[in-house]
Amino acid sequence: MPKKYETPLLDELEKGPYPSFVKEIKKAAAKNDMAADELGQLEKSYRTKRGYWKHGGIVGVLGYGGGVIGRYSSLPDEFPNVAHFHTVRINQPSGWFYTTAALREMCDIWDKYGSGLTNMHGSTGDMILLGTRTENLEAVFAEFSSRGWDLGGSGSAMRTPSCCVGPARCEWTNINTLDICYEMTQEFQDELHRPAYPYKFKIKVAGCAVDCVAAIARADCSIIGTWRGPILIDQDEVKNYAKKGMNIKAEIVDMCPGQCISYDGNELKIDNSECKRCMHCISKMTKALKPSGERGATILIGSKAPIVVGSLLSWVIVPFIKCEPPYDELKQLIRKMIEWWDDNAKPRERIGELIEAKGMRSFLEHIGVDPQAAQVKFPRKDPFIFFKDEDFEKVYKK
Amino acid sequence: MSLPQRRTDIGPPKYDQFLPPVIKKNYGQWKYHERLSPGSMVHVAESGDKIWTVRVASPRLLSTDTIREFCDIADKYCDGYLRFTSRNNVEFLVSDESKLAPLQNELKERGMLMGGIGPHVSNVIHTQGWVHCHSACTDASGLVKCLMDELAEYFTTKELPNKVRLAVACCVNMCGAVHCSDIAIVALHTKVPVIDHDKVKNMCEIPTTVASCPTSAISPDPAKKSIKIKEEKCMYCGNCFTVCPPIEIHNPEGDGVAIVVGGKIGSLRSDPKFSKIAYPFFYNDPPRWPKVVAAVKNILEVYAANAKKHERVGEWIDRIGWERFFKLANIPFTFQHIDDFTFARETFRTSAAFKW
Repeated sequence: MPKKYETPLLDELEKGPYPSFVKEIKKAAAKNDMAADELGQLEKSYRTKRGYWKHGGIVGVLGYGGGVIGRYSSLPDEFPNVAHFHTVRINQPSGWFYTTAALREMCDIWDKYGSGLTNMHGSTGDMILLGTRTENLEAVFAEFSSRGWDLGGSGSAMRTPSCCVGPARCEWTNINTLDICYEMTQEFQDELHRPAYPYKFKIKVAGCAVDCVAAIARADCSIIGTWRGPILIDQDEVKNYAKKGMNIKAEIVDMCPGQCISYDGNELKIDNSECKRCMHCISKMTKALKPSGERGATILIGSKAPIVVGSLLSWVIVPFIKCEPPYDELKQLIRKMIEWWDDNAKPRERIGELIEAKGMRSFLEHIGVDPQAAQVKFPRKDPFIFFKDEDFEKVYKK
Repeated sequence: MSLPQRRTDIGPPKYDQFLPPVIKKNYGQWKYHERLSPGSMVHVAESGDKIWTVRVASPRLLSTDTIREFCDIADKYCDGYLRFTSRNNVEFLVSDESKLAPLQNELKERGMLMGGIGPHVSNVIHTQGWVHCHSACTDASGLVKCLMDELAEYFTTKELPNKVRLAVACCVNMCGAVHCSDIAIVALHTKVPVIDHDKVKNMCEIPTTVASCPTSAISPDPAKKSIKIKEEKCMYCGNCFTVCPPIEIHNPEGDGVAIVVGGKIGSLRSDPKFSKIAYPFFYNDPPRWPKVVAAVKNILEVYAANAKKHERVGEWIDRIGWERFFKLANIPFTFQHIDDFTFARETFRTSAAFKW
């Protein structure tokens, strides 16, 4: 029987309507020593207002440099069953679709070798197995990999790519997000499992500018689906929306950032040349409006959280790229971007920070992308300008 | 006991084996979808085929028992198919309309919360916190639980002008990337770290530690074979602690959380935005953090009462102006609200036109 801890503070968090993580830990703690000590240590954190975890140390599985995050209690005498409590990241399937058979198998393995606690899912997208001992790692890996699963990324490496639900269940997607995510994950297996980069590199794939995976904020390389062509209008469905009470002028026309929609009370018109493809009208009138024409993606680079010198959103680098299997152009582009970063970055410097440090020109020249107005919010303000000799030969001729 | 043969570098299983037959058949051929309730929607394909989705809340931290419970439900109503969303909700995928109402009844009986689709609060993106992280300065799961107990109606029933995306990060590393959320909580330190010089000497690389500081507050201390910190330059980010653990940044009496507002991810109507500081600091107050919960609810309710339909929190604030926001939300404006970091000068007002 696992040890039972008194947890008056955590018990408070079993109350209330929203699902309780404390109930989850207690369910596992009823039959698992590690989960029991996790609960005991967490109660102590609630009492003393501080965490008791240490990270670091080299733990992992043979031949891999990542996928396992070493985690140790700083109170091993008090909570011996979480003296080791390592995280195992399992690379999720694209779009987080599962069969119950696969999930049950996963649960059985994790009950046998780990704490019985998981995160479904971690911030980057992996299935997170929360807490096991060093000596169990090889067994966990053998059980999972023999069934077709692999570890996710960690450390200074390619991180596990993730994507939105895309063509599996969304009418708005412009690209096959699930397939691109899968193919990129396969393409970068070595870089994912053996950290050799200056720091982490994340790829996220969103099918449209609604961006349900937060690609633009949470990925060094944001792949966001878009189109080149007019928005097709079903006027009968427009009438249905009006009939059902939509105030088309206020909710659609006035909210269009391109101010390119007009509505005379009967017919909706769009001046497609002024459309920014923001997705507002399409998302609100999904039965009436849909994109048409050429499909592809905008590639944006650089987003990250605040550490070290402030958070960044990704910047437009390639306004449009076709994304058709086998995605060779996309793969080559990403490899070139990483090559420039890997050659130039200091340790723990993300690609967005490096672009800021070395200048956008260096980056664009290396990856072979021309300067384009779509890449900036506005052009240079102050007339402090670098020139190279070649600029006078090619652009500013006498 | 022998283990099965391990394999390496195989990547994840291919997604198509986990897709329900109706999705496989209509892959990329979806025509439109309709929201049937805050917790359900139907997608209709060009072929006329339909798939119903029922979304339920999850604490993200799940025991294997609960995952098996989800599996039992999916076996009964969804032919064994389910998925998780990018916000960690569970989605039951129903191919047979006659199973939709019975599924919803059973979820209700089991006490699961259906909701989060459309102009609602959806599940909260969050980090590990004290549950499992070395650099946490609060507990993310606990804050989420307290917050959503208070806001559960906005998940299940109550409509807002648009969706509101909440997030909690347990330190400024922001594994949950809360920096572009409508309303988010981020934990932070407020005190200069304490250096254990003997351990620094043995455990840390001095140049890496010096370079880790974004404000250049750290310099070498050759006499001690350690480092020293210029206190007035330290912003307590904790990056030095990450590369050199003997620089102890945790301070139970000084750690707490800030609340940021107005970020968004999508490009709809306006460009994606960063969240900005609304409340710079609250002390950690487990297990229920009542002041923090009240502050988030205050912002949410002021937004609900004042924004136009379809405006996100940040769009509403951009329209009315930050000076108006602070007044409407009754939040005192302090030195902590005025930026003095990397991008500060872009944030100062350069016009004499503003609201009283």
